[in-house]
Amino acid sequence: MSSHNSIVPAQISNLPWRIIFLLIALACFGVIILYSAADGNMMPWAAPHLIRFLIMLAAAIVMSRLPLDFWKTMTFPIYVGVLLMLIGVEIVGSLGGGSQRWLNLGFMRIQPSELMKPAVVLAIAWFYDRLPPSRSGDLISLLPPAVILTLPAALVLLQPDLGTTLAIIFGGVVVMFLAGLPLKWFTISGAAVALLIPFAYFFALEPYQQKRVTTFLSPEDDPLGAGYHVNQSAIAIGSGGLSGKGFLNGTQSHLDYLPEGHTDFVFATMAEEWGLIGGLATILGFYILLRWGMMVSVNSASRYGKLVAAGLCCTIFFYIAVNLMMVMGLAPVVGIPLPFLSHGGSSMMTIMICIGIIMAIERQPKSPNGKFV
Amino acid sequence: MIGRKKNKSTIAMSAVKQEFSFTRRAMFVGGVQAVFGLAIGARMTYIAIAEKEKYTLLSESNRVNLTLVPPRRGWFIDRNGKPIATNRTDFRVDIIPDRLVNKERTVATLTKLLSLNDDEVTRINRELEQSSGFQPVQIASGLDYEDFALISVRLPDLPGVSPRQGFSRFYPSGAAVGHLIGYVGPVSAEEYQKNRDPLLITPGFKIGKDNLERKFENILQGKPGAKRVEVTARGKIVRELSSREDTPGKPVKLTIDIDLHNYAARRLGIESGSVVVIDCLTGDILTMASMPSFDPNSFSQGIGVSEYAWLREDRTVPLLNKSLQGLYPPGSTLKPLAGLAILEQGISAEETVFCNGGYTLGNRRFNCLGRHGNINMADAIKRSCNTYFYTMGRRIGYDKIAPVARTLGLGQEFNLPFTSQYYGTVPDSKWLEKKHNRKWTSADSLNAVIGQGYVLASPFQLAIMTARLASGRKILPNIVANTGKKTPSLTFPKESLNIIREGMFRVVNVAGGTATRGQLPLDDVKMAGKTGTSQVTAIRRDGRRSTEWKHRDHGLFVCYAPHDNPRYAAAVVIQHGGGSGAAYPIARDVLTFIYDKEKAMETLNALESAWGGTIEQRMAADLARYRQNKDAEKNQINEEETTSETNTVEDEI
Repeated sequence: MSSHNSIVPAQISNLPWRIIFLLIALACFGVIILYSAADGNMMPWAAPHLIRFLIMLAAAIVMSRLPLDFWKTMTFPIYVGVLLMLIGVEIVGSLGGGSQRWLNLGFMRIQPSELMKPAVVLAIAWFYDRLPPSRSGDLISLLPPAVILTLPAALVLLQPDLGTTLAIIFGGVVVMFLAGLPLKWFTISGAAVALLIPFAYFFALEPYQQKRVTTFLSPEDDPLGAGYHVNQSAIAIGSGGLSGKGFLNGTQSHLDYLPEGHTDFVFATMAEEWGLIGGLATILGFYILLRWGMMVSVNSASRYGKLVAAGLCCTIFFYIAVNLMMVMGLAPVVGIPLPFLSHGGSSMMTIMICIGIIMAIERQPKSPNGKFV
Repeated sequence: MIGRKKNKSTIAMSAVKQEFSFTRRAMFVGGVQAVFGLAIGARMTYIAIAEKEKYTLLSESNRVNLTLVPPRRGWFIDRNGKPIATNRTDFRVDIIPDRLVNKERTVATLTKLLSLNDDEVTRINRELEQSSGFQPVQIASGLDYEDFALISVRLPDLPGVSPRQGFSRFYPSGAAVGHLIGYVGPVSAEEYQKNRDPLLITPGFKIGKDNLERKFENILQGKPGAKRVEVTARGKIVRELSSREDTPGKPVKLTIDIDLHNYAARRLGIESGSVVVIDCLTGDILTMASMPSFDPNSFSQGIGVSEYAWLREDRTVPLLNKSLQGLYPPGSTLKPLAGLAILEQGISAEETVFCNGGYTLGNRRFNCLGRHGNINMADAIKRSCNTYFYTMGRRIGYDKIAPVARTLGLGQEFNLPFTSQYYGTVPDSKWLEKKHNRKWTSADSLNAVIGQGYVLASPFQLAIMTARLASGRKILPNIVANTGKKTPSLTFPKESLNIIREGMFRVVNVAGGTATRGQLPLDDVKMAGKTGTSQVTAIRRDGRRSTEWKHRDHGLFVCYAPHDNPRYAAAVVIQHGGGSGAAYPIARDVLTFIYDKEKAMETLNALESAWGGTIEQRMAADLARYRQNKDAEKNQINEEETTSETNTVEDEI
C-alpha cells in the first residue's frame, strides 16, 4: 500500500479501482438489461437492482478493510452460525408444514443456504490452514472437511435445493483440491459419482428434477412444457445474431415468450438485444473478474488467503458457468442466477461477500515473486 | 501419497512442495475456468451466427401471428342478376377449443353475457366435444356491436374465445331456396383431415355443405386475406403489422328466376310438395321449389338442437328436396306419354274405345273415373279416361311404352350440380324379372299405363317430360345461366305430338276437361296440361278410404304455356294433396305470375292471410309451438320438482 501525494485520500485512492469499475460496469449493464426487460422502466427491477448493488458494493468495500486475521478468527463462528440458521430453516419449515428456504429476521429475509456457500469455503480453508503440510494425504486431512461439507449440503438438499447443494459442494471440493489432497482421491470419487449418477437420477431426484434432466437431453421433445424455457432462450440468443436487435427491441422478452427473462434467463434477454458482441463482452467481463480472483489467490502470501480466494472465486465461477450453460442448453435448467445481471438479492449478497473477502485478501502482503514462503 | 508409497513414512510433503502443488493446481483450476469460458463463448457464437437464421425464423413465428381472413363467398344470382345468396357483415364469437383453459367457466360466462338459450348451449357443448382442438366452435354469430364489444373487453379473462367481425352467408329468400341452394357450414374434422389448409379452420370460414353451395365451392370460395399481428405469448395482440385484402369468390349466375321461384314456394302454402318450371326453349330451370323446407340461414349459422329436431320430426320431411328426391307415382300425368307411345305403334288417334266405367281383366275390375262411352285419344287425355289407356296399353304392352317414357326423361338422371337426384322407376318386363323375379303381366301394364304400380318419378322428371312433349325437343336442363346447348329434336312425328298437345289443351280449356278451373286468367295465353291423382294405398274393396293424411292421394299436374307456342313447362306435385285439385290451381297461379305479377300476387296475398302469414311467419310460429309442446312434455316429467315456476317459451327467431 504505497501512499500518494494526491488530493484524493489514500484510503480512497488505494481501493482496487480496476476491479470496482469492472463490477460497476457489469452491474450497470445488468441495470440496462433489466430496464429493457421491464419495457423501458426502472421499476420493478432495474432501480432495486442498482440500489442493492450500490449497498452491497459499499458493504464489500467495508469487508475488504477488515484484516484477514479477523476473517480467520471469525471463520468458525460464521460457519456454525450459518449452519444453525440452516437447521433453523428446517425446523421452521417442518413446523410450518412445508419446506422453505427463508429465515425471516423481521427487517430482512435471509437465505442461509446462500450464506453457506462462502462459509463452507472459509471453513474448509481454515481447516487446511491449520493442518500441517505433512499430514496432507492422511485420513485426518479428509474427514473433518468432509463433515464440514456434508452437514450443510445435506440440510440444503433436504429443502430441497439441488442447485445450491451442488454450489456448496463445488466450492468445498475446489478448496480440498487446491489444498493438495492426493489426486487419486479425486479421480476415484469422480468415477464413483459418474457411476452413481444413474442411480441418483432414478432414486434421489424429484420427478420435476428428472424432467429437467430429460428435457435438457432433448428440449425439442417438449417445446411447450419443460423444454419451453430452453427453446425460448435459444431463440432469443440465436435471433439476436451478431449485434442484436437493439436496445428495447427484443421481442422474445418484451412479448413474454422468454420466461424468467429478468432472473435466471437474463442473459438471453441481453443477448437478444445486444447480440453476440454483448454476450462475449459479458463473458470477457466475467473472465477478467475470475482471473483477478485467481491471481489474488496465487499471489496471496498466506495459505488461508490462497485457499479462500480461490474457493470463493470458484463459487462465483459456478454461478456464471452453470447459468450460462443452462441458458445455452448445455446444462439442465437449475435455478441459478447470473451474477450482476440477474435481478435478485440473495445471490448478489453471496457474490459481493465473496468479492469483499477476496479484496480483503488482496490487501494483505503478497508473496514475493519467484520465492516460496 | 500419490504414487510414493515407498517413502510414505519418511518424506512428508514440505510447505514448499505444498506451495508448488497449490500453484499448479490453481493454474489448472484457472485453465478449467478458461476452457468453460471458451466453450460457452463458442456455443453462443454457434447459436448466434450459425443458427441465426433458424432462430430468427422461430422468433418471428413467435412474435407474428398470421391470421387468415376468410374470403367473402361468391354470390348466387338469378337469371336477371337478383341476389339469391349473399354475404352480410356480422359480428361473431368462436371458441378455439385448444386454447380453452376452463371450458365450463368460459361457456357459462359467454352464456350469461350473450344470454344464450339452453338449445344453443347444448349445441356448443356438443360441438366442443366433437371438435378436434384447433377447429373453431361457433358460439354465436349475427351479433350486434354491443354484444361484440361486451365480449371483446373481457377477452383477457376468456382465453380461447375469439370475437371477430366477418361475413356470414345470407339467403334473402330464406326457406324458399333451402333445397335449391343448400347451405354452408364449418369444415368438419374429416374434411380437415383430408386437406390441411389452415383456411379451413379459420374462425368464420364456411364451406358449401349441400347442393349448389357445395358443388360450386371452387368458384364461390375465393382467396383468403391475411392479417399479420404482433402477439404476446399469452395471445394478446400488440399491434397490426400488415394485412392483405381477401379476394372474394366469383358469383354464380343461375337460370332460376328468383321471383318466380319465391312465388312458387310461397304458393305451395301449407301443402307439402314441389313446383318445377322449365324453359322449353333452353332447358333453363326457372323454378325448383320444394316445400316445406329448412331455412338455410339457420343452417349456415349453426342450427339449434330443437330446431333441427323440429325439422326431422315433421311428417312432411322438410329436409328432403322433393323436386329431385321425392318419388311419387305420377298417375294420369303419364297419359300423354302413353298416348304418344300408342301413336308410335301405328294406332290411329281417332280409334275409339268404349268406356263403360272400367276394364275387366280376368276376374279383376280396373275402374275408370266415369263412363265415357266411345272415346278417342285426345278426349281420353282431356277426360283422363282410364279405360281407353287400359285397353290400348294392354294392346301394345308396356314394354313399348317404357322406352318412350325414358326418352321423355323418366327414370333418367340429369347432369346437374345437385348433391343427389333420384332416378325413379320406369318398369318393364326385364326390370321386373330382375328386381322381383317374376313375369310381367297384363295387370302390370294396366297399372303402369296410368302411372301407378311400379312407376315412380320425381317432380323434376315430370317437368322435363312436359317440356319435351311441349317442345318436341330433347330438352336438357341447366341450372347455370348461359350454358344451355341446342337440343336435338325428338324423333316423334309432329302430328303425333300435336294430337297429344290437343288433348292436353282440352284438359284445361274445353268444357269437360279435368282441369278447366285451371285456365289462366289471361286473355292471350292458354295453358295446356294434364292432371294426375295417384293412389298411395290400394282402393279397398268397400270403396272406403282412410282419411289419414299419409294415406291421402297425391295431387299432380303437369302443364305448359302458351299452348300455341310452348315456352314454359311446369310440374306441380302435392304430396297427399287429396287429388289433382290441390295441384293445378298452384300451376295456374305460378304460370300467371310469369305474365301478370300483380294478378298472381293478389291471389297469393289473399291465400297467405288465410294460411297465417308468409313462409317465415308460419315457420316461426310452428317452431315456437313445437318448443312449447316439448317444454310441456319436459315439465310433465319434472312435475314433482317444479313448483310455481311458469314456463316461458323461448323466443328465438
